[in-house]
Amino acid sequence: MPMLDIQHLTKSFGGVQALNDLDFHVDKGEIVSVIGPNGAGKTSFFNTVTGYFSPDEGQILFNGVNISGHEPHEITELGIARTFQNVRLFPDMTVLENVMVAQHCRTTTGIFGTLLNTRSFRREEAQIEANAKDVLSFFGKRLQGYRWDQPASVLSYANRRRLEIARAMATEPELILLDEPTAGMNPKETAELTDLIRQLRDDRGYTVVLIEHEMRVVRDVSDRVVVLDHGEKIAEGDFETVSHNPDVIEAYLGRPAEHTDE
Amino acid sequence: MTDTLERTSESEAPSPNPVDWSKVQKWGSLGGLTMSFIAAIGMVAALDKRIIISPWLSLGFITLLWVPVAYGYIAATEKASDGSPPPVKGARDIISGLVTGLISGALFALFIVIIDAVDLTDVFRNLGPKLVELLTFGLGLGAASVIWIVGSGLLGLIGGALKVVRPTVRRVVSSAAMGVFGVALLELIVTDISQGLHIEFVTDWLYAINGGLTTISAIVVAILFGLLGLRSDDRTLTQRRLDRMNLEPQVLVRRNAIAAAITIAAVIFLPMILGGLTNELLANVGLFVLMGLGLNIVVGSAGLLDLGYVAFFAVGAYTTAILTSPLSPTWTPELTLNFLSWEGWLILAIVLVMAAIAGLFIGTPVIKLRGDYLAIVTLGFGEIVRILFLSDWLSPYFGGAQGITNIPSAALGPVEIKGTNSQAMFYLIAAFVAIAIYVSWRLQKSRTGRAWTALREDEDVAEAMGINTTASKLTAFVTGAMFASIAGMLFAAKVGSIFPSSFKLLVSIIILVIVIVGGMGSIPGVIIGAIVLIGILGGPTQPGLLQEFGQFKLLIYGALLVVMMLKRPEGLWPSLRRQRELHHDEMSQDSWLQGTSYQTGGVPEDEQGGTRYTDDAAPIQDGDG
Repeated sequence: MPMLDIQHLTKSFGGVQALNDLDFHVDKGEIVSVIGPNGAGKTSFFNTVTGYFSPDEGQILFNGVNISGHEPHEITELGIARTFQNVRLFPDMTVLENVMVAQHCRTTTGIFGTLLNTRSFRREEAQIEANAKDVLSFFGKRLQGYRWDQPASVLSYANRRRLEIARAMATEPELILLDEPTAGMNPKETAELTDLIRQLRDDRGYTVVLIEHEMRVVRDVSDRVVVLDHGEKIAEGDFETVSHNPDVIEAYLGRPAEHTDE
Repeated sequence: MTDTLERTSESEAPSPNPVDWSKVQKWGSLGGLTMSFIAAIGMVAALDKRIIISPWLSLGFITLLWVPVAYGYIAATEKASDGSPPPVKGARDIISGLVTGLISGALFALFIVIIDAVDLTDVFRNLGPKLVELLTFGLGLGAASVIWIVGSGLLGLIGGALKVVRPTVRRVVSSAAMGVFGVALLELIVTDISQGLHIEFVTDWLYAINGGLTTISAIVVAILFGLLGLRSDDRTLTQRRLDRMNLEPQVLVRRNAIAAAITIAAVIFLPMILGGLTNELLANVGLFVLMGLGLNIVVGSAGLLDLGYVAFFAVGAYTTAILTSPLSPTWTPELTLNFLSWEGWLILAIVLVMAAIAGLFIGTPVIKLRGDYLAIVTLGFGEIVRILFLSDWLSPYFGGAQGITNIPSAALGPVEIKGTNSQAMFYLIAAFVAIAIYVSWRLQKSRTGRAWTALREDEDVAEAMGINTTASKLTAFVTGAMFASIAGMLFAAKVGSIFPSSFKLLVSIIILVIVIVGGMGSIPGVIIGAIVLIGILGGPTQPGLLQEFGQFKLLIYGALLVVMMLKRPEGLWPSLRRQRELHHDEMSQDSWLQGTSYQTGGVPEDEQGGTRYTDDAAPIQDGDG
């Protein structure tokens, strides 16, 4: 059984068909890239899976549970984490707090435990902090030491992207959805992140779905590539197959000139 | 970089910038308008009775005289803009100040002439012969005009000169002026303390018989405060806080501990030496601190703009009234608010439960709304609650406009804490404030508090991080409601009778202003805000230290709010987070100029990779090595 199994997913906004009868699946331990031209419905797809949009039709099965129509926080709790295309950190919380707050659904202490400063509260707080530091250590020295107490707003662009991934990891997901993780990074950073995406699966055991425009990244990390255009899946397969698919080339580059003369 | 700066300033130094006449004109006219406005609303006449320096300077005239000084200072200030050399100070500034003052004075003299010539008392009650007489000092119009123009010009000149002199001089002068003003204004509380300490001879000497400092004591006070000004340094408040952040943690902890110890000692011992009136003020401040801390959780931490907060204050007060007052219209168990028996705690528990129910009742339908929508809806709910208490429909239970009277005092065992015994009342309220501070403080650095902050910063992302935003918001809303209900309970026991008119929208707004002026999300900020607004200016119905300002209270609130929003939007004592949010650019620029990384205590900024273009082929130097 696939980890994420999506059938006949349809979502439209007024007259715009964002997703059209989309079938999609991810198996455990896979890295799947979702590509397609701008406006193809990639981010809408993520938003629907994570509960920001509820689908018009179709169902989303995650580990056999239908999650369509669930609240975003419930979906996070079930084990799907995401990052955002336009990095959305909590800018005035520190780096460490950003990651700590992401463990909310994995922890339980309520107001009374906090006020009474119970032992379980203190243990949990220590655990949260330790987890946060562990997750941040995934990025090497990038988000270590003095960075912990810096507000997220002072980080460089690349570090913000990294912190977003760290935050997603801190929710202890099974599946991570990365929305253009390398956008705005320089080639060196992109290469570094490509390695990290692979490590996300190999070392940390997450299943990864990513939206990506940088074809080199797609080629290097993907087990499988899914191409969307106008909310429909137009191709699927490994990078080589997909990149030579005429439909895909057409979606990206337009129809060859001789056809338009008809 | 420094080199270039120096060179440019040298090259332009020989030709100091000319006077910016349009600016002078603008601030001069504004000054005249401001002075006329202040006189027209009757502030000068009303505050003339309050003497600052006996016998020649009253508070009424001070409300006018600060204008040319301040505007002269502003007109003389040329803002240094990025990249250009710092403006050269000199005669230009003094002339700007002088002319600004002259224009203000002339316009104000014109205003006096107009109100003398045209009787406007039918429309503007204050603009009558009485005001003219006051403003002309009983002299002729011509003489008075000359006095105003010359005087205002001189004050403007002083303002401009303050711009030119060295910072130390400026500090000494402003410290002395504020010192004299403060000591004279706080006559009541200073007298009160000196009586408590049995050193009345100090205040007997300090103050004249009919109020205000004597000329000699004013000079002495000015010298003392001037010396104090000499000791402080040039840093602004923001810089001070930033510097403090860079201190060693141990030093910081020690300093905080000392500050806390002093505060606690003051709270415990100060009421003993204070008189009834001052204690009454402090008790009122305490009530508003309690509510401010609650609203601070709702607005400051969780970012939910709640304008109907007074509803929960009312719920707490009415619950207490019904449970205790023998005159409760329908039913009462006639409990007593005795905190040494189970009855008091039962009342407290019921009050909290009622507040939670009210919070859920109001909160559940509206909590999904965001920002302005939430503000408007809660504002409506706040009014609905008051109108329900006022309504004929519910008057069999709540007494309608007659309210509920004869609410017995709170007690500790056999000791009754009468509302009129403001000292005991203060201690009772302070105890609850202490609990509220503890609760706020614990919650800030906890899982719940972090979730609230995340909510405030970005609700959608908070949801994606697995935070149940609806539940979190409701928790914040209800926690805030509970704080207000406790304040309501204490308020009912303090005043002994409650009416729907005690719970007007104005109360919600004033609590919000306390939180904003103090500093959103900051616990000391709320306390400072409550002291400034409630203690000094006075609450919605409670008189403050400056009772004379009573009728102008709302005007001053408004002016204060506008000035704060423009000049110090993070509040008087901001939380670190707010400060960062609002001064991020300045802070990072400052640290960039100093060549250090922002807030890192001198660790150089590395890897700005995201903004740096690097070619694939070129070997890339990375910060991390």
